[in-house]
Amino acid sequence: MLKSLENTRERKKPKLIHPLFVRITHWINAFAAIAMLMSGLRIYNASPLYEFRFPPDVTLGGWLAGALAWHFAAMWLLVINGIAYLIYGTYTGHFIRRMLNIQPMAAYRNVKLEIKQLLIHGTGEYNLIQRVLYIVVIWDVIILFFSGLAMWKPVQLHKLAEIFGGYEGARHFHFYGMSVLVIFLFLHVSAAFAVKGTVQSMFTGRLSKAQQEKLDRR
Amino acid sequence: MKSEKSRSVEFRKEFGPKIEKIERRLFLKRGLTLGAMSMLSGCTLKDNDTIDRVLWAMSRWNDRVQEKLFNPNKLAKIYTEAEITNPFPFNAYYEEPLAPVIDANFYSLELSGLIENKQSWTLPQLRELPKTQQITQHICVEGWSAIGKWGGVPFKFFLEKIGADLTAKYVGFKCGDNYSTSIDMPTAIHPQTLLVLDFPGKPGETKYGFPVKIRIPTKLGFKNPKFVTEIFVSNSNPGGYWEDKGYNWYSGS
Repeated sequence: MLKSLENTRERKKPKLIHPLFVRITHWINAFAAIAMLMSGLRIYNASPLYEFRFPPDVTLGGWLAGALAWHFAAMWLLVINGIAYLIYGTYTGHFIRRMLNIQPMAAYRNVKLEIKQLLIHGTGEYNLIQRVLYIVVIWDVIILFFSGLAMWKPVQLHKLAEIFGGYEGARHFHFYGMSVLVIFLFLHVSAAFAVKGTVQSMFTGRLSKAQQEKLDRR
Repeated sequence: MKSEKSRSVEFRKEFGPKIEKIERRLFLKRGLTLGAMSMLSGCTLKDNDTIDRVLWAMSRWNDRVQEKLFNPNKLAKIYTEAEITNPFPFNAYYEEPLAPVIDANFYSLELSGLIENKQSWTLPQLRELPKTQQITQHICVEGWSAIGKWGGVPFKFFLEKIGADLTAKYVGFKCGDNYSTSIDMPTAIHPQTLLVLDFPGKPGETKYGFPVKIRIPTKLGFKNPKFVTEIFVSNSNPGGYWEDKGYNWYSGS
């Protein structure tokens, strides 16, 4: 009797989808990554690698020195926050549970589901597309970090720079890494706004009651 | 009663340094673009001064981190003659035609600060010193890089020769084009730091810094002064042309 009452109450209160630690590191990361991206475009504009420049309005810093100051300040935020997230994800099992358990059959079922109803999934878990995207973007930021380090210290860290083909090679890797990040951002933000309640739950950690009930009915 | 003029002089005396400090911070404030504003929506624009101060403090923190990362025994990669960039790119805070042309006959290198023998040097005197050369990569703060060949006197040898205080913290440079910069002593006595007398480009070409340049392959390009007319040693950071405008002071590679 008591047990069933508890169950009802539990069902009524929406489940926690995003742990507090993940929410905090997510928003710090969002700020740092966007600041690095926008200031990076300004730095790119000072001496373009390719035959184009980025519109100044999507850049941060106003001029090269300002952009560099932003880039090399946000860098610390991104790296410290990123390391905290990686440690959390590794030790709490967050990565194993939510990202790395991509089983072939589950993946197949998930894809079938994706075709039917785009991006719908149970609460408290990432769907297949999310899992793949998040794993890709984590590795992308790691590559951005190391190629950036190689560009910053091509003499002191010349062995690292050599992995990327020296300073000039690291510049290209850093640019490709940035491009992947932009594609990720586009997909990630579109998906977040396409599915009701997603953005809100990244702040509160939970879906609203109505959304939870709708999801439970399915 | 004091005249308007004398009052303004007094005002400047008292507040001049403070105003300069504020101006230095404003460089970032002015730099905030639409994009940045949209990112900071929710904050009032008054916060920008705080942002400038944070960025300036982070740049000083990055100076210290880079000082720690600097290994005095680590050498920059040496390239081959075939890899030299030709023509070597010209870069300065002004356009190429405005590069100064210094008459070697009237040139003298002045010395000041924490140096025992402060007498100035003529070009023939400098040329009598033992020389070496290097082919290294020059990396510009703008992002591009080029490989060049420079010849000259190992800077540590020169500093010892003039009795510079090698325990001092900074070496500063003043240049014939009104440029200035400064470096840390560990970088100044790095084995690849050169007092350059032989330049890239064709014989007789002066735009790369003739008659004296300092080549520092462990620093970004703008820390490699050209047309050097004065060298001084100091324990207080002399800053520099670009550094005072907001570029990172240490800027090591």
